[in-house]
Amino acid sequence: MTPPETASDVGTSTSTDSGSSWTSNGKPLLEVQDLVKYFPVKSAGLIRRVVGHVQAVDGVSFTVNKGESLGLVGESGCGKTTTGRVLTKLYEPTSGSMKLDGTDLAPLSAKQMMPFRKDVQMIFQDPYTSLNPRHTVGAIVGTPLRVHSVVPRSKVLPRVQELLELVGLNPEHYNRYPNEFSGGQRQRIGIARALALQPKLMIADEPVSALDVSIQAQVINLLEDLQKEFEIAVLFIAHDLAVVRHFCPKVAVMYLGKIVEIGDRESIYSNAHHPYTQALLSAIPDVKQAQVGGRRERIHLEGDVPSPINPPSGCRFRTRCWKAQEICATQEPPLVQIGKEGHLAACHFAEPYDSAIHDAAKATRAAAAHASSAGAS
Amino acid sequence: MSSPVEDITRPASDEPFLVVDDLTVKFPTADGLVQAVTGLSYTVEMGKTLGIVGESGSGKSVSSMAVVGLHDAKRTHISGSIRVGGTEIIGLSEQRMRRLRGNEVAMIFQDALAALHPFYRVGNQLAEAYLAHHPDASKRDANDKAVAMLDRVGIPQPDQRARDYPHQFSGGMRQRAMIAMALINDPKLLFADEPTTALDVTVQAQILDLLQDLQRDFGSAIVFITHDLGVIAEMADDVLVMYGGRAVEFGTCKAVMSKPQMPYTWGLLESIPELESDPGTRLLPIPGTPPSLLHPPTGCPFHPRCRFTGDVPGDLCERELPDLVPGVEGAGHLRRCHLRNPAETLANAAEKREV
Repeated sequence: MTPPETASDVGTSTSTDSGSSWTSNGKPLLEVQDLVKYFPVKSAGLIRRVVGHVQAVDGVSFTVNKGESLGLVGESGCGKTTTGRVLTKLYEPTSGSMKLDGTDLAPLSAKQMMPFRKDVQMIFQDPYTSLNPRHTVGAIVGTPLRVHSVVPRSKVLPRVQELLELVGLNPEHYNRYPNEFSGGQRQRIGIARALALQPKLMIADEPVSALDVSIQAQVINLLEDLQKEFEIAVLFIAHDLAVVRHFCPKVAVMYLGKIVEIGDRESIYSNAHHPYTQALLSAIPDVKQAQVGGRRERIHLEGDVPSPINPPSGCRFRTRCWKAQEICATQEPPLVQIGKEGHLAACHFAEPYDSAIHDAAKATRAAAAHASSAGAS
Repeated sequence: MSSPVEDITRPASDEPFLVVDDLTVKFPTADGLVQAVTGLSYTVEMGKTLGIVGESGSGKSVSSMAVVGLHDAKRTHISGSIRVGGTEIIGLSEQRMRRLRGNEVAMIFQDALAALHPFYRVGNQLAEAYLAHHPDASKRDANDKAVAMLDRVGIPQPDQRARDYPHQFSGGMRQRAMIAMALINDPKLLFADEPTTALDVTVQAQILDLLQDLQRDFGSAIVFITHDLGVIAEMADDVLVMYGGRAVEFGTCKAVMSKPQMPYTWGLLESIPELESDPGTRLLPIPGTPPSLLHPPTGCPFHPRCRFTGDVPGDLCERELPDLVPGVEGAGHLRRCHLRNPAETLANAAEKREV
């Protein structure tokens, strides 16, 4: 899977002339290999010694092809947002490589990074805090155009209006301020800004979770259209598994800084092998349940996600896993292929869904019986 | 277990525990009068869960704040009637309201970190809630009660965790602590305002389980406010759909979710991606944006975004507000729509989409 390191030089020359060079000659657009991001934890007081590290992202590898979208799901604190921010170099990676069109972005300085910034753009979660309230929409969407001088100054305004129209806003509104727009419209402004430089890769960090239900579908449809029209690859970070299923043909599930399962939509949603993925899927409240009444049968996970400062040894999920055995504490399960090509899972006891439900139910029943007997005394 | 029935608040008649009748809430603002809730009526019986669905600004939170008496009494114009266990709440003095609130009616808020006081230990905050309604209890009793409640909501090592501050708790634990605080005086009516929106799905599942267990044990009535239709589907007995400050559909959970009779409810259900649907199909969004409550639209509040106004003769939708009346399906299922047979129209539209 790892291509030879020397390929980076060739990649640089092709990706500098932007616009026309979107072809990636069969190689993936983005190759992330063993990406690590640790945040130092410092002691209180004057000296501020580093006493530990938050292991936010710990050895993540995946690829994204041109025009494809990869969904990144997991609970809060699992490192999905950090992964997105490292890819845009908003955070410096601790180690690992991330090759965009063959160029490793990880070691680049801010200055060297400049030409690549326009290839990777970001859509943020909160449309209320990600737009400067004192800038007009025209200034917000036009800034990337000016910074990267992709169009002559005189053409900035027409281009901004073009972009606004593209995302379904009135182009006459370039002179307005963000507070004059609703949440859904603001998110469209954020999308127009990300789109301004015709990026090859868009990192969409929870792009619809701050929006009302009836507006979410509008924005998802818009993103879908734009992605198809401009062949943009999207890294879609979200916690709503139904939305990710709809948007992304490929999905990666993260837990405590690691990818625990990755595969195509079918493999993840209908044939999940990792117990965490299974638990996550079973926990989604389902609208269809109204016809049956009551709660859906599902896997009960105990407790919360452990601290990423001092994650459990071996498999990080073992503290909440009903299948955990001794080997899980001593040996970290590698992310290996199971079943279909491209479907990888990191579990010593990976198996399909049905039997897992059974085991889980048994385990929780036993635990519940134990708890109630303890409570009664 | 405490008996929840033999009490002063036992309604004299067979009236449901909570009756909201023609509730209207208005706020004066710099831009004019905001009609946050208009003519809202619903009832909740003991042991039942009512789910209120709506977008932000639909009035679902404001109406529940009014029931709990947490609005700014000086600035808010409230009319109509709210009866909790037979007691009329509107116009009640602040003193009597305080006795009721926490004791009979409690509320769980969305953001537990903001709702808990950052400077006080969790155990103390719970004990305070207990002491406020049990003036004869000793501090020690109150603390014991606090620890017992933390244990009941599933916080491990409750005697130690009671001495922690809110920031030392995880998100799910904070929400549990808040539920413990709401339930410490055995309220008969619990308002849960988006209690799981800020939580992850696995933790959300735990909290929903907990609420259902507690409801079974205490027999309390729950009003569950959320915009997540999946949560409603799993939790609610009855569903009230709000739009633009009004109730637009009411019925049993099954009826509303599987045979919606109001285009807005139908639109909401069609616009969310499902776990079993074909990912290739496009989502069908509701066009436009929720209405401004400063200048609500004339006629049906949903008509500017409705796909079916063409099926109604004339400009009835723009002109006249439809009544909340039972449809052909039966008396228990109310909808506010001019369509002759909305269930059929909507079902046909859904079928057409699938073909």
